[in-house]
Amino acid sequence: MTDHDVTVAPFIARESFIELSARERARALLDTGTFRELLGPFDRLTSPWLPLQGIVCQADDGVVIARGTIDGAPAVVAAIESAFQGGSIGEVAGSKIAGALELALRDCENGRPVRPVIVFETGGVRLQEANLGLAVIAEIQSAIVSLRRHVPVVGVIAGMVGCFGGMSLAAALCTRLVMTRQGRLGMNGPEVIEQEAGIDELDASDRLRIWQLIGGAQRVASGFADILVEDDASAIATAVHVAFSQGIDGVHRSEAVERYLDGLARIDPATVTPETMRAVFRPCGTAGTCHDTADEPQRVPGANREESQ
Amino acid sequence: MNAATMTRGARWMRSLAGESEALAPVWSADALLGGTRTRFIAVVPDERNRFARARDNVVGLEQGWLLARAVRQAIDEDAATTRPRPIVAIVDVKSQAYGYREEMLGIHLACAAAVDAYASARLAGHPVIALIVGPAMSGAFLAHGYQANRILALDAPGTMVHAMGKDAAARVTRRSVEALDALGETVTPMSYSLSAFAKLGLLDRLITNVDADAPSAAQVECVRDALIEAIASIDRNERDLSRRLDNEAARSTRAASIEVRRRLAAQWDAP
Repeated sequence: MTDHDVTVAPFIARESFIELSARERARALLDTGTFRELLGPFDRLTSPWLPLQGIVCQADDGVVIARGTIDGAPAVVAAIESAFQGGSIGEVAGSKIAGALELALRDCENGRPVRPVIVFETGGVRLQEANLGLAVIAEIQSAIVSLRRHVPVVGVIAGMVGCFGGMSLAAALCTRLVMTRQGRLGMNGPEVIEQEAGIDELDASDRLRIWQLIGGAQRVASGFADILVEDDASAIATAVHVAFSQGIDGVHRSEAVERYLDGLARIDPATVTPETMRAVFRPCGTAGTCHDTADEPQRVPGANREESQ
Repeated sequence: MNAATMTRGARWMRSLAGESEALAPVWSADALLGGTRTRFIAVVPDERNRFARARDNVVGLEQGWLLARAVRQAIDEDAATTRPRPIVAIVDVKSQAYGYREEMLGIHLACAAAVDAYASARLAGHPVIALIVGPAMSGAFLAHGYQANRILALDAPGTMVHAMGKDAAARVTRRSVEALDALGETVTPMSYSLSAFAKLGLLDRLITNVDADAPSAAQVECVRDALIEAIASIDRNERDLSRRLDNEAARSTRAASIEVRRRLAAQWDAP
């Protein structure tokens, strides 16, 4: 990072965030001792649709909602558990996220700001709950658009599942995104593209090419995400703190219509590569990269940064 | 696009709003609806689109950003008015665009931009309606229609809402297409039919007795009336999507969605 320190411990002292469960991730992002889970496993709110298809439920439906504080301010973390059904979003899982964001919005509107964090680890809609998965994702998206007018909505994509499908749109709506190099962000997963468009379009087994395409380093370098951090729980928690401290000034990237249409017009689809597209799609805030349009994101200084190493 | 190859989205756009002011792949035009200037928006095929994977009526990079532009134009123009114009999304979208370049250049953000624009229009007081005249699939429907205050659909072959195309869903869930159809009978959210979608409390009106491909003038009028009625039903203070849970169908099929919210609210503040 350039103008603040996300201290990264020596490798041996690090605690991998990727290896943590959703519950432990939520705990790691909240101030020590403040974690309080809502709708925990003992509430036993499980999917009504999986048993009809002979699939065993999980007591939290794969989403952990936790209240607590971040830098002393009231917060809520919604963390998706990739170990259950690939982090897929069903009715209960998605409603937990949407409901938490709606309550945060209510508090914000009543002058009691709540800092919302979403830890994405999901392939998108849970196909066994198809239309309700899609419906709750629309509700999550609606809540993010309303909420981010009051307070930054911060997303974390650590890996190893990544963030895909309708939830990649939800991630794109967040005020700021924190990613690791292992995190991936894309709308259609590589396997889906290979299946729909053929192996000439994309070879899903070519892991290097896929990380170069949608991995955290590329997404931060091209301005689709904001902060790149090492896979270290305290470094990620610090990055989340930084993301909140930057506030809600400026135009969000999903509002920058003319800037992105102009960028698309300036690339040649026949020859564009992940390396060459960076000349057009660069993070704002780096000197000279933003063109001068009314839609220009006016981020606080240093809103986009790369890790220091 | 000639009349013979016109997609349903294009056809209904012409029928309801006349000529588009914008070129393919996103048509938009203002037209009177019950005496009120209304913005109509549709995604239409664009056979010479620079992005080869986005030449059909799918939502690709340009489509996402152009949808956002068409919606935001209306928001900006009406910013000073007390009654922002209604916006009607004519929905006939087969899928999002699947491609290497699409991922590289951020199709997820392009689609999010459209979501953002429609949600922002709703928040700004524009009555937003989705009129489903063909497939309303997955990420494409999220980007074009799913943020609406009201969702209407033609009761006709070929209109459907789903998270994944039937063939692909069958492959991914390791079922046959027939088994998938059978499952839709018992597991409501798995169904592709609009009547099942209505049971989820998500559909405000299924418009019957309309030929979706070749509507008569009277049928177009009937759809226009349904749109006028839907717009009139939107309270000026109704800015969020809570109505989707506050209806009779949702109380039975989406009981879990409602219960999650009830208990979350009860546990929200520390005891």
